[in-house]
Amino acid sequence: MHDLRFNIPGQDLNLEPFALRAPDFQKKCEVMITDRGYKCRITNIVPLSGQERLFLLRIVDPLERELFNFRPGQFLMLEVPGYGEAPISISSSSSNHEFIEVCIRRAGHVTSALFEARQGAIVSIRGPFGTTFPMEQMKGRNVLMVAGGLGIAPMRAPLFWIGNHRDWYKDVRLLYGAREPSQLIFNYQFEEWQKVGNVTLHTIVEKPDDAWQGRVGMITELFDGFTFDPEETWAIVCGPPVMFKFVCNYLDGKGIPMNRMFVSLERRMHCGMGKCCRCMVGSTFTCLDGPVFDYWSVMNLKEAI
Amino acid sequence: MIYKVISKPEFKSFIDAIVKANTAYGPKQVDTGCKGEPVYQFMPVHAADEIAFDYTATHSSAKHLFLPFRDELSKFSFTDGNWEQEVRYDAPPIVLIGLRPCDINAVNILDDVMLHGPYPSPYYLARRKNTFIIGMDHLPLPDCFCKSMNRHTVNHGFNLFCSDIGDRYYLSINSANAFSFLKEFKLEEPSYEDNCNLIERRKKIKHSFTTNIEVTGLPVFLDIEFNSPIWEKWGDKCLSCGTCAMVCPTCYCYSVEERFDIDLKGSTRQNHLYSCNLVDFAQVAGGHNFRPKNGDRLKYRYYHHYRGFAANDNQQICVGCNRCGRACLADINPKDVINDLRLERESCMTCVSTSPDKT
Repeated sequence: MHDLRFNIPGQDLNLEPFALRAPDFQKKCEVMITDRGYKCRITNIVPLSGQERLFLLRIVDPLERELFNFRPGQFLMLEVPGYGEAPISISSSSSNHEFIEVCIRRAGHVTSALFEARQGAIVSIRGPFGTTFPMEQMKGRNVLMVAGGLGIAPMRAPLFWIGNHRDWYKDVRLLYGAREPSQLIFNYQFEEWQKVGNVTLHTIVEKPDDAWQGRVGMITELFDGFTFDPEETWAIVCGPPVMFKFVCNYLDGKGIPMNRMFVSLERRMHCGMGKCCRCMVGSTFTCLDGPVFDYWSVMNLKEAI
Repeated sequence: MIYKVISKPEFKSFIDAIVKANTAYGPKQVDTGCKGEPVYQFMPVHAADEIAFDYTATHSSAKHLFLPFRDELSKFSFTDGNWEQEVRYDAPPIVLIGLRPCDINAVNILDDVMLHGPYPSPYYLARRKNTFIIGMDHLPLPDCFCKSMNRHTVNHGFNLFCSDIGDRYYLSINSANAFSFLKEFKLEEPSYEDNCNLIERRKKIKHSFTTNIEVTGLPVFLDIEFNSPIWEKWGDKCLSCGTCAMVCPTCYCYSVEERFDIDLKGSTRQNHLYSCNLVDFAQVAGGHNFRPKNGDRLKYRYYHHYRGFAANDNQQICVGCNRCGRACLADINPKDVINDLRLERESCMTCVSTSPDKT
């Protein structure tokens, strides 16, 4: 009898060590196997508004904590074991290795499960994934940041970055609009950003309540209050897709080149690694080529906004 | 690649030996269709006699052996207030017998998609490395259009490829494993006549295609036709059932889901093959759907297959097997959709060229 049993041993698949290697953002083609998540303890939960909470996560393993490096604009896949994963943008300072802050709105299956979690619960994170805001390229320029609603969450990472490197940038402005005054989250940090970070802050709401004394209207109305030099200004825009269109068109009309405006898109993501195709916009993966796109790329992506 | 010739009975005993010693999958008739035609599928086989070597095309592709419809990515076990995650990549070795050239091309495309880019899939890699592929050529069905997609021949991605040249098989041996297995069987060097027969066979296959789709310049066409009413027309026919993606040899989109074990002591993260035609494919938390209409989703599938997307490096990932056309409940056929698209544009071009010449 012929013995034709063959067995290609699994030793070829020696992929495990990659999982513990620090991600290198200079090399885009670095092989990383990221199916194993980092264990994270929820150390604190800060209620921000009725539907939004800020979760402070601390990676349990000290080595993994050291390895988890991210840049402003990136996101992570947050997993509640048993419930599933969701892509969440990181809203803490990239120089803070001790804690990762994520701002989460209760919207779906996973986030609802997370809202049930108490302090001390352990969740899993994978990542960081995606592209970053080009903070180095903005060096020596004015930065104009426009955030609408929950768009302030991904905006916090570049804000912290600017706070750490304030002398790199000239004039930094944050325009922040929301529907109601109660939805202006992180209002406890406004003073810190203005005084310590030297950021000029403009806020606006659509539906004021009795206590509101600031401006009322759409976010584009905030542009009337100041002038900027389009040659010297880079823009970061985060918010609902409708806002992108109006804000970016306005800035384009003012003369900021399209490749100096950056937006952060959101899509449904299932793998975060450019495989499942759930987050595809036209021919681009939001998880690999995004979530930060310059406006020129967004204009060229069909059905993007 | 080494070329040898083997007689048909000897080939059968080779297949028998390899099937008996390994977990093997081959084409088997599983049912009879509504017009009395046999329905074939890739099924586990235990002897060479079970394999239908002269099958036409299987209903589903061999994709699910590399990308199972339900695949376990990782396992969680819960202890009091804590959990442990276990990730396993191992895959048992399998033999895959009787793949058609278009199917092997489809596997090569999946290799490009799953193993390239910044995050190669270890699950796919494990399965791919542990699979021994024996390919066989065939005369095309009336609705096959792999020649139009230039996928009717294959020159890599298999371990052994057999061409039927009358009473013998012409073998292309593409791996050391395959060569060492075949050492125990009676092989001959191909004679001049055998070579002629092979070329004759290739020619015959090439000229047997009756369905042709013009795909030159299709990516540009698709870009121009992004807002064409044709998508709405075909979208109205589409039932959004996702059958096309389930039988397609190159559709790889998936969703990741987590389920608790029945004893609540653990959970598994699984990926399920999904279809971009299903309603909730691009729906985000909160309920917004980025592709709400049937036409949008149908269009997206055609763009993914024929325009070439980020991960597939501008190659068209359709191999022209027409499984989707055969399986579609609403009778939507890639041939008809693409010809429709072309016709509309070409009729428009005719009016441009017939305008009076001013010189």
